[in-house]
Amino acid sequence: MTKRSWWTESRASAVLLPITGLIAVIGLWWLATIVFAVPEFLVPSPGDVLVRFSQDPVMLLQNAGVSLLETIQGFLLSIVVGVPIALLIVRSAILERLVYPLLLMVNAIPKVAIAPLLVVWMGFGQGPKVLMVLLMCFFPIVISTAQGMKSTPVELVELLRSLNASRTQEFFKLRIWHAMPQIFTGLKVAISLAVIGSVIGEFVGATQGLGYLIQTSGATADTALAFAAITLLSIMSIILFYGLVLLEHLLLPWAQESR
Amino acid sequence: MIRLDGVGQVFDGREGSITALEKIDLHVRAGEFVTLIGRSGCGKSTLLRLIAGLLSPTSGTVKVAGKPVTGPSPDVAFMFQRPALLAWRSVLSNVLLPVELDRTIRDRTAYKNRAHELLELVGLQGFERRLPHELSGGMQQRVSLCRSLIRDPQVMLMDEPFSALDALTRTELSEELQRIKMELSTTIVFVTHSIDEAVVLADRAVVLSPRPGRLRDVVEIDIPRPRSLGQNSHLADVARISARLHALLSDKTPPVAERLVDEVWPR
Ligand SMILES: Nc1ncnc2c1ncn2[C@@H]1O[C@H](COP(=O)(O)OP(=O)(O)O)[C@@H](O)[C@H]1O
Ligand SMILES: [Mg+2]
Repeated sequence: MTKRSWWTESRASAVLLPITGLIAVIGLWWLATIVFAVPEFLVPSPGDVLVRFSQDPVMLLQNAGVSLLETIQGFLLSIVVGVPIALLIVRSAILERLVYPLLLMVNAIPKVAIAPLLVVWMGFGQGPKVLMVLLMCFFPIVISTAQGMKSTPVELVELLRSLNASRTQEFFKLRIWHAMPQIFTGLKVAISLAVIGSVIGEFVGATQGLGYLIQTSGATADTALAFAAITLLSIMSIILFYGLVLLEHLLLPWAQESR
Repeated sequence: MIRLDGVGQVFDGREGSITALEKIDLHVRAGEFVTLIGRSGCGKSTLLRLIAGLLSPTSGTVKVAGKPVTGPSPDVAFMFQRPALLAWRSVLSNVLLPVELDRTIRDRTAYKNRAHELLELVGLQGFERRLPHELSGGMQQRVSLCRSLIRDPQVMLMDEPFSALDALTRTELSEELQRIKMELSTTIVFVTHSIDEAVVLADRAVVLSPRPGRLRDVVEIDIPRPRSLGQNSHLADVARISARLHALLSDKTPPVAERLVDEVWPR
């Protein structure tokens, strides 16, 4: 085995390489704050952020928990809504023409613009936040699921026809399964958008959550707190993403990536 | 077993209609092994799909076991050029797919045992739990063969099933298919564009001519079985029939050439 293939294939490198990248960026950030003597209320150094976090860890983690819950609720909801829509789209060309422009329209709406409206309609609770997450991430889920099901090879469809399979069987024994790798691609795109959605939702009419913290810390010029909240958001996003990667690995051993 | 009378198939393409098949009359006897040979695009797959009930003919009638074909039936199995296995299912559950899709079947354990038997027949015992991507192309096509045999069909339609395989695997599989054919009494229609394959496998080779697909000739192959290429004493017979098929397949050759061939290699 050559050195190169050891680095690209070993498990250790799968963990070490991203961490190396992260440490490098944090180091540069730290260096920049020192070299250019940036004041803390503009850009705090990593040290400042860490100190700020250790002052209020429980409060920060509780707010992170609120955002996480909204993200996961909205994400699961968008799977529950998105997959059946995709199924309908693939099943009927008429429905596709009918629904597609509507989906595009909803997706094109700037989400920040409707965040206040959602609060007006649904109040100050978690509802509008979860809905915001749903709006952010159901589109990639619908598109990837529909695309995956449509790209089922003709010979497999013909095989099922030759076996007298019903349309329902064709969908649940073939198309959905064939679409799985592409569905996961959509889910991975959607999960990052879901986190963003929860923050946008919490910018308006919220009393808790990381988005709320970022919003309020701006008013008090507590930039270190905002950075701590943003850092937690990134960590959350990364964990959710790799959680999906792991799930895909476990559920779809037959669809391992090739390169 | 299979009877086609005046069968024609016209497709409506983007630029006008395409006559894929015209006036095909063909009778395949029960238990017979017929190969269907012709250039690509001459309607071989279309003919198989008509017999399978995946298409209905624009003219003429198709009957299997005396009954007009109205749609796919468990008595008629189809095997494709590619293995067409479901990547997420194990070998065993791929073989059992036809049984699983038929909701009228009660006794599934019998089929499970049959699946194990079939896999053993093609030398895949011990591979039941594997996923398709862990198998070679030849092994995948064997799984596909087991899948088409699982419901004990009266008719097997095979559309160039070995053409994507390397030469050695191909020879191996065609020998295996002959062996299986001798054990079961299935009627087989086997599409190929390989003359060797047509000669080695068939009781009769049906030659189609292209555009529109017509039945050019039917050649009886009376070489004793089991046959194989190269290592038996029927080389002269094989060469004679191969040359005949060659002549029939090359467009420009007038029918006279067929007689010449017969003179060079007298029967
Ligand atoms: N579904 C279809 N729609 C339109 N044309 C088709 C269709 N299926 C086959 N054809 C045409 O019919 C002809 C015969 O096709 P096919 O039966 O696949 O030939 P072969 O299997 O001998 O290569 C070709 O010219 C092909 O383009
Ligand atoms: Mg073909």
